[in-house]
Amino acid sequence: MKRYWGFVIKEFYHIFRDFRTLLILFGIPVAQVLIFGFVVSNEIRNIKISILDYSHDEVTEKITNKIISSGYFELYSHLTDYSQIEPAFRTGNVKEVIIFEPGFSSKLGKTGDAALRIVSDASDANTGRLITSYTQGIVMNYLQELMGQNTSVPFTIDTRTRMYFNQGMKGVYMFVPGTMAMILMLISALMTSISITREKEMGTMEVLLVSPLRPIQIILGKVSPYIVMAFINAIMILILGNFVFKLPINGSLVLLLLETILYITLALSLGIFISTVAKNQQMAMFISMLVLMLPTILLSGFIFPIENMPEILQWLSAIMPPRWFIIILKNIMIKGTGILFIWKETLILMGMTSIFIGLSVKRFKIRLE
Amino acid sequence: MSEIQVKNLHKSYGDIEALKDISFEVDKSEIFGVIGPDGAGKTSLFRILTSLLLPDSGSVMLAGLDVVKDYDKIRKIIGYMPGRFSLYQDLSVEENLNFYATVFGSSIEENYDLIRDIYVQIEPFKKRLAGKLSGGMKQKLALSCALIHRPEVLVLDEPTTGVDAVSRVEFWDLLHKIKLEGITIIVSTPYMDEAARCDRVALIQKGEIMSISKPEAIHKGFTRILYELSPGHGAYRLLKNIRNEEWCANAWLFGQSVHLTLDTNKEETEFLEYAKREKLSSKKITAGIEDTFMELMRKA
Repeated sequence: MKRYWGFVIKEFYHIFRDFRTLLILFGIPVAQVLIFGFVVSNEIRNIKISILDYSHDEVTEKITNKIISSGYFELYSHLTDYSQIEPAFRTGNVKEVIIFEPGFSSKLGKTGDAALRIVSDASDANTGRLITSYTQGIVMNYLQELMGQNTSVPFTIDTRTRMYFNQGMKGVYMFVPGTMAMILMLISALMTSISITREKEMGTMEVLLVSPLRPIQIILGKVSPYIVMAFINAIMILILGNFVFKLPINGSLVLLLLETILYITLALSLGIFISTVAKNQQMAMFISMLVLMLPTILLSGFIFPIENMPEILQWLSAIMPPRWFIIILKNIMIKGTGILFIWKETLILMGMTSIFIGLSVKRFKIRLE
Repeated sequence: MSEIQVKNLHKSYGDIEALKDISFEVDKSEIFGVIGPDGAGKTSLFRILTSLLLPDSGSVMLAGLDVVKDYDKIRKIIGYMPGRFSLYQDLSVEENLNFYATVFGSSIEENYDLIRDIYVQIEPFKKRLAGKLSGGMKQKLALSCALIHRPEVLVLDEPTTGVDAVSRVEFWDLLHKIKLEGITIIVSTPYMDEAARCDRVALIQKGEIMSISKPEAIHKGFTRILYELSPGHGAYRLLKNIRNEEWCANAWLFGQSVHLTLDTNKEETEFLEYAKREKLSSKKITAGIEDTFMELMRKA
């Protein structure tokens, strides 16, 4: 036990004396949460549009005002001719142009049929689709108001939508759990694998092996400081999510923290496993980045929905620990559910942890080579 | 019974044979030197002794324990200083020592008398980071760390490489004090002059032990005629010239001079004529360890 504490104290010295380690441990997580929270967002806000109004009557003015005052759009310019549309898109300032045909109001009044054309810049496909549907929604809305006054139409179907768990359709609900899963995985696995391979590189591992320390003692001594560090990180991310992005924690905080510790342990055991494979720090870093970071972002359902993936990738995503942790996080934080709804995911994480710990202890060499 | 027994040890890495049939014994509280050039197999041998590597065949017993079977017991009784000083560069002198003490289940206080002579020299710098110490200081700290748990056998792999001459002399003085505590020391070095400070010396070359003897007896195995030639300058040109002569058995550079061995008296007279002709200053000398080593290498 005394040996274990001696080892842990030594590890803390390493962490606190290396500026780069501290930066990776605490600087990067904060930066990433803020970047993902603010920048990587698929919400529509203040999209610049232009209006090409051949009619200039009361109805077109009303629709225009309604669109601009919605908060999603911002009037950039008024155009006077079709030929100006393409140059406007090419400069990149305008994402959408709304065109009203001549005599819009009178046509609507006489035949009940007027044409409004939406032209959008689809070089970014998702945004293009989103802004056209938002615009359509606003126009439909106006039309319903109009029909409300005019009782000549007998039937209307009133569709009312409500978004459960995330009424405002906020991106942070998606990104905070995802970022947390990614950062904890990266920090834990990267830092442990690097710190173990560094001992190999410096030659100190030789003496540790010759010492009476058992492999499990070396591993535990290496890992415990990082459990503490990663846990502090997790709390930092939760606080940031709560205060900066107003992400609620609807479920039990204790359960959330326990699951976080489980996930950290898993990531650390993965890090140890990497260190038993990698010969030096560079290789450890390379494996951690390549094997952990990219798949975490792409396959965990963090950014791209798992349901849309080809079946083989869906299978691959099932072996990604972050996938299950993100489900757990979302369930507890956003849906506010308890262990009853996430026991399956928890069991999967536990299983993965024991596999990696078992493999690491088995692969940890008591000799050189 | 000997403290260290090595029997018919073999080790190869792929096609390269690092150790070929090595056997020797070391007595309790003896300083046993393993001397040989880089790549001779010293580090492989020491790693097998410290249970870090498995031999392909042969056996090693340390204090009656088998290094393969009883590796966990062995690891409690040996002190090991690897070729590179295995210190944590970002930990201070004191922290390094404390760490190794706790890892080996000991404390600085417990064995302070053993390391006192060494530690007093580095104690003024105990708050300094190990990475900022000079080579000699690092070496003394590494030795302290290897001794902190009072091992029975001390294994030192090239402890004096990269250390200044004064520190080297001091270091050997320390080893002799440690030996008095009943600790067996096996030490490797590429420096021939350090052989004289060992109790017994094994000369190793290309994975084979060429001779084991007391340092003063090593050169007794040297039976040829040895001359030292002092050309003043141009020693290398001289070396090239005399190597072409028929009477030259072996010749090599020795600092600023050239050492030459001759097999027979007839060759000796031929050489003396040559020396007279070329106005070479030469004198007959008795062989040192290095001369013996060069001769053994030629045979091998």
